[in-house]
Amino acid sequence: MYVNGVTLKNRGVPDSHKLSVYAGTGGYDALRKVLQEPMAPEQIIAEMKKSALRGRGGAGFPTGLKWSFMPKGVSGTKYLLCNADEGEPGTCKDRDIMRYEPHRLIEGMIIGAYAMGATAGYIFIRGEFIEPINIVEGALAEAYAAGYLGKNILGTNFSFDLYVYRGAGAYICGEETALMEALEGKKGQPRFKPPFPASYGLYGRPTTINNVETFASVPDIITKGGEWFLNLGKPNNGGTKIFSVTGQVQKPGNYEVPMGLPFRELLEMAGGLRPGRQLKAVIPGGTSTAMIAGEVMMDVTMDYDSISKAGSALGAGSVIVMDDSVCMVRTVERIARFYMHESCGQCTPCREGMGWLWRVMHRLENGQGREEDLQLLLDVGSRIEGRTICALADGGVAPVVSSIKLFREEYEYHIEHKRCMISMGEH
Amino acid sequence: MLSEKSLEAIAFERSKYPPEESRSALLAALRIAQEEQGYLRDEVITYVANLLDLPPIQAFEVATFYTMYDLKPVGRHKFCVCGSVSCFLNGSDRMIRHLSERLGIGLGETTEDGLFTLQEVECLGACKDAPMLQLGDRYYENLTPESLDALIAELRGGSTDVR
Repeated sequence: MYVNGVTLKNRGVPDSHKLSVYAGTGGYDALRKVLQEPMAPEQIIAEMKKSALRGRGGAGFPTGLKWSFMPKGVSGTKYLLCNADEGEPGTCKDRDIMRYEPHRLIEGMIIGAYAMGATAGYIFIRGEFIEPINIVEGALAEAYAAGYLGKNILGTNFSFDLYVYRGAGAYICGEETALMEALEGKKGQPRFKPPFPASYGLYGRPTTINNVETFASVPDIITKGGEWFLNLGKPNNGGTKIFSVTGQVQKPGNYEVPMGLPFRELLEMAGGLRPGRQLKAVIPGGTSTAMIAGEVMMDVTMDYDSISKAGSALGAGSVIVMDDSVCMVRTVERIARFYMHESCGQCTPCREGMGWLWRVMHRLENGQGREEDLQLLLDVGSRIEGRTICALADGGVAPVVSSIKLFREEYEYHIEHKRCMISMGEH
Repeated sequence: MLSEKSLEAIAFERSKYPPEESRSALLAALRIAQEEQGYLRDEVITYVANLLDLPPIQAFEVATFYTMYDLKPVGRHKFCVCGSVSCFLNGSDRMIRHLSERLGIGLGETTEDGLFTLQEVECLGACKDAPMLQLGDRYYENLTPESLDALIAELRGGSTDVR
């Protein structure tokens, strides 16, 4: 099996963040191939399409197709952005790519910029990630010094400038248009789409934005071919993917495995459950994706299509494992708090709705639940979904609604007995 | 109002963006001002706006929107303990309670000697290392009551290694 072989290949190698180590393992060969062979931009995009790489930030949009949307022959600057505003609970993979493989990300961005004709780019890193910020800035300086960035890259007439942009604390900036607003120095509030970033992005200019893991997958796709990458995974679900396995497992961590790996095997890699525990439920793609019952999850494979068939989404590959010691009401109350805190306040259904869901969850958890509360949660949820500019609110509804569907008796127990069915004790 | 060093740092941030887009340097300028001053007083926010030729309201909007800006004084060491789901499932509430007892303050409070502030924050993107907290420019991971005690002792001893 191809494990930790693409975006986290050098993790574990001393000083893997340094250019010398990256170059010693074939780093920047893909960029040389692209610029010196040379490969035409259309060829690169065709290779990306063949790879079936899908956006690793959560939406899963085909990367090659996204790249092909950038307009050609327009005058003025086109921008390439990297979304490194990792912040959805359960998601912790981009941090490790930046800490261990910053040059892989940078090389992927340079190739992308060349393919799309972008001349300037920003890596938007969440402000709390100070260690990754320092590492990426160090790597950028190395790449400039080596002639991989700046004017006339590798002696060609292709020029590309790349900078780090530091966020200042807001989950919503992981939404691509909110990220652009933040980059323009404003509150991170999502823009209505259309127009899409390819026609109206940063400063109103054509812009493409991809996730850290997406860019870090690019160099190997170029050197080894789209076909090679595709065959690591399965049709329509090409390549390997990092799964951040967290929660109640014995060896939480980032595991980069082929798409389509059975969940059962991923769980084993993460050390399995704690002794004597049963699997209760799994959130497969970060808290914005619906919960799946443990027994169902044991038969699911880890790829976009299978998880979607099981009623949820692969998201960013953030697998949160819960065992039978967990009170579902208490846990979902905590998740609901996140969405209340992170709503940007722009759309009424989200601004009011996220707080409303949390308040009802909170009173349920605290023994003040009312008979009608479950129906209320479902009703409020259904009136939020699809009525906001961005996906944050839908993401906040998903854990509430899916947990009621799966664990209704626990909710009812809370209302009837004014306490948890499963005590998490002095948790 | 700001030191030469901070002004230089802001000018460097300014150079990353097209000349007509000075507003893009606003988040960075506020951060740099806060790093120097400890927190953002109204006068500092206005000063930063003027520095970038922006109406002050634009700087106030940003300063009040993002969580990393402190609009009130905080302790020299600010514990930001993650309480989101993966940390919650691994005992973050217990860690917060422990810190609260050891420091004698509740969430959002600062010790009388001005040394410590305790906050609970949402996901910091280190879920595999839960429970965790941010302190200054560093993450402290796989927390236990013992590791928290050791950290507090180090800070009370005037460690310059952490800030």
